[in-house]
Amino acid sequence: MELDVFIIQTLINVLIILGVFSALAGFTTYLERKVLAFMQRRLGPMYVGPYGLLQVLADGIKLFTKEDIVPTNSIQTVFKLAPVILPASAFIAFAGVPFLPDMEIFGVTFQPLIVDSNAGILFVLGMMAVGMFSPLLAGLSSGNKWSLLGGARTAIQLLSFEVITGLSVLAPLMLVGSLSLIDINNYQIENGWLIWQQPIAFFLFLIAGYAETNRTPFDLLEHEAEVVSGYATEYSGMRWGLFFIGEYVNMYIVAFLTVLIFFGGFGEGTFVDGLLYLAKVFFFIFLFLWTRAAWPHLRPDQLMWLTWKVLMPLAVVNIVITGLVVMF
Amino acid sequence: MFETIAFYTFSFLTILAFAITVTTKNVLYAMSSLAGGMIIISGMFFLLNADFLGVVQIIVYTGAVIALYAFAMIFFDSTKDIVETKTGKTFFILTVLSSVMLVLILTIPMASGQVEALYPIHEGVGNAQDVGMVLFTKYLVPFEVAAVMLLVAMIGGIIMAGKKMDKNLTEIKENEE
Repeated sequence: MELDVFIIQTLINVLIILGVFSALAGFTTYLERKVLAFMQRRLGPMYVGPYGLLQVLADGIKLFTKEDIVPTNSIQTVFKLAPVILPASAFIAFAGVPFLPDMEIFGVTFQPLIVDSNAGILFVLGMMAVGMFSPLLAGLSSGNKWSLLGGARTAIQLLSFEVITGLSVLAPLMLVGSLSLIDINNYQIENGWLIWQQPIAFFLFLIAGYAETNRTPFDLLEHEAEVVSGYATEYSGMRWGLFFIGEYVNMYIVAFLTVLIFFGGFGEGTFVDGLLYLAKVFFFIFLFLWTRAAWPHLRPDQLMWLTWKVLMPLAVVNIVITGLVVMF
Repeated sequence: MFETIAFYTFSFLTILAFAITVTTKNVLYAMSSLAGGMIIISGMFFLLNADFLGVVQIIVYTGAVIALYAFAMIFFDSTKDIVETKTGKTFFILTVLSSVMLVLILTIPMASGQVEALYPIHEGVGNAQDVGMVLFTKYLVPFEVAAVMLLVAMIGGIIMAGKKMDKNLTEIKENEE
């Protein structure tokens, strides 16, 4: 590829990821409130704009203009830096996710993927894990007991669910034989969706994904009824908003990864396939919201029980069986 | 050109991060810059086309440093500065001398051009495959020994932490009082 074409493509990709997905993150907050309201027989946001559509804008203005409070007893630099880590690592992780199939525009093949590395999926998962430094540092630097508890919960949750994500992805990867997300996608064109071969891995991956993005059944880090607001207690204004942008972008990454690994991704890459790809991704975003409406959250000890006594043994057994099948 | 710019940026950031780790008095600054430095080092691996090792660097050190944070949380109040007990001049000079020695020992082979790549990257084969080949043929024994060591450490950990695991901690205290 020509160098100038490469630079322009990368710039376009970066702008799309930063622009579209941070906007989508905002829009998802609106979707979330509407879906929750629908499931709980309420109306949700209705007053600002038609069907409350401009609520996102109003929230944005509110977050940006709110007073930015930095507590005196906090460790200032780390306190200010912590909220940046989560969205930054989420956007960097997106560099490894193909968010659309290859497109032909004006005779130039445009690949909507910044790095097609041969360790693609590991890169995405690793960068997502780096994002967990954000609540941890926020909790430790706030100088507040609730925040500290939130930070401590981050440490346990990350250490336990990293294991589950890694082990659950391993079994499908053994079948595919490559770490590149493009290769995983191409494998499924010939062999059918991987969910039919790896149903257990799919459920484990989804559960671990919910825990890593800190979504409802596992939102121990900031559960209001127990630890006020966890790591985010001392944050206000846009610093608080950054945590949420990061969380929602991470949700999109998990949805994209689930579709790519288990649901055939974008297949052969025709226009219809591209649309189906996005439709599948949005179904998984919807599933995130649905779960939030339907499920109560777990206690920390139940979470540990679930991780180490149920999910991890299941994942290991799954790998052993897959290994035997691949070998014989 | 991109490689040169990236190399110098990453080296500068790495050195800066670790300098902060060594010089700061605050536990939280030290831990955070350590984590940052460890993650920035992965940039070097990516520059050398060793994607797999770069990613492994990120994943392993994220987990490892988070475990360190957990210890820091248990043992220190992270909002207060740590007062060093050993601040003598001899101590300082010895530290500097030994680190200079270490740097010399590691860089002299490179300066004399005696370093060769034993396992260069194969075109068309992923990093993961390359690493796997070397790990499971030439370095099989160290690999297995490391695995056994980890197993021993894990069993030890379980036994140390697992006393009275079948009883509820709150109930034990109530009975004693």
